[in-house]
Order: sequence, then structure tokens, then C-alpha cells
Amino acid sequence: MNAEKSSSMRTPLARVRSLGSSHSGTSDFWRQRLTAVAMTVLIVPVIVVVLMLIGSNQAGAKQIFSSVPIAIIMLLFIVASAWHMKIGMQVVIEDYVHNEKIKLASVMANNFFCIAVALASIYAILKMSSGV
Amino acid sequence: MGRPEAPPTSKPPMTARIERPLSPHMQIYRWTLTMALSIVHRATGIALYFGTLLLAWWLIAAASGPGAYAHVQAFTGSIIGKLIVFGYTWALLHHLLSGLRHFVWDLGYGFKASEREALTWGAAIGGISLTVLVWIVAYTIGGGR
Repeated sequence: MNAEKSSSMRTPLARVRSLGSSHSGTSDFWRQRLTAVAMTVLIVPVIVVVLMLIGSNQAGAKQIFSSVPIAIIMLLFIVASAWHMKIGMQVVIEDYVHNEKIKLASVMANNFFCIAVALASIYAILKMSSGV
Repeated sequence: MGRPEAPPTSKPPMTARIERPLSPHMQIYRWTLTMALSIVHRATGIALYFGTLLLAWWLIAAASGPGAYAHVQAFTGSIIGKLIVFGYTWALLHHLLSGLRHFVWDLGYGFKASEREALTWGAAIGGISLTVLVWIVAYTIGGGR
């Protein structure tokens, strides 16, 4: 193809290699699965924690969250789920929102929502576990 | 315009707009189990997304004090609250099992018609069964609270 017009001796394949997103475009795919595996493991202790909290009042709940392993399990679960849902919702937005500006705004709002929910939950757990 | 007319054969000229068949849309396809569950997977994902607001509210209330926590308990103790939390439990467990099915496919297994049907039925039935199981345990522990 147009070999006589090009001064380069590189083949067409060599010119396009490493261009495009193929070397980094799978990071969301990978992280979605990474966080999914994490939550698959964490779901059992998280359900146990939630069941432990049934019937307890605020003091009881605070007491349970003051346990270091419980706080860490909940923190891990919140980080994994917030990350997972951020990626998932972005896929949904990219599937259905075709207007570029609305898409950008939606993706941004999605990021803000997930970060806000995660940070609020993390703050609450840290506050309870540190006994402040 | 000066172009020779294409001979009237079955092959139309390249410039003509050819009425090719379009890809069938949702309402054309026969509904299949995997298709329905694919939609349910996405729907439960979206529900869980907004359901995290409830989780965050509960955690913040627990960290805030008895008054705020009593509000959450009043909500989760109400009929609507119980329905939402029950729905949340099902959405979570269904999405989990349905997601495990995707892992099987990601690893390259379970693509035979019988296998993917079995996996999908497993996720659907497993999700409902686990939800009921968790709620039975919850009622046994909490005595309805």
C-alpha cells in the first residue's frame, strides 16, 4: 500500500503497533473482575456482620463496628463495591447515552456519586471504629 | 449524469441505497432465558448502585447517634422498608451468582446450549433461594426486627 509514497522503511504493521488503546483499554474490564472476585470472597463475612447487627440499637451497632476485623472487612467491601459500580454504571451510560456532552456529564456524575458514597461510608466506619 | 446506467441485473449499482435487512431489534427476537437474565443482571446492578445510598445512610446514622439510627430502624422496620431491603438482598445475591456465571464464561467454559441454560437457571433459582435463606436466618436471629 502506497509504499512508493512513504519514505519510511517500516512496515504498516510496525507503524500501527503500540498505537490505539489495546494496551490499556482492558483496565476497566480487569478491575471489574478484580473487584467482583473480592466481593465474592467478602460477601459471606459481610452478610454475617449485617445479621449480627439485626435487633441491636445504635450503641450495639457502634460496638460491633469498633471491632478491627469487622471494620476492615466492611472497608474492603465498600471500596470494592464502589469501584465495581463505578465501572458498571459507566458501561451502562456508554451504552445508552449517545449525546457527547450529556455522556461526559453523566460519566462525571457517576464518578462523583461513587466517590461520595464510598467516602461517606468509609468515614462512618472509621468514626465508629476509632470510637470518636 | 453522464454515468452509464447500470444494466438491470439483480446487482444494483454501488451508489444506490440498498435496502439491506437490518439487525433485528429487541421486540423481534424470541425471548430466551439468557437474554432475560442478561437484562436482569444489568437491572439488579443499577438497583444496587442506588441501593448503596441506603447502606451509606445506615452507616452514617450508626456513626451519628441514637436519634439518626432510630430513623433508619423505623424505615427498615416499616413494610416499604422491609420490601426494599428484601429486594436489595435479592438484587445483591442474584447479581453475585449471575456474575459468577459470567466468570465461568470469561474462563471459556459453559457455552453449550444446555450448559448456559443450566448456569442461568442456577443463578436465577440460587439467587431466590439464598435470599429466602438469609431472611429466614435474619428472622430466626432477630425475631422479626
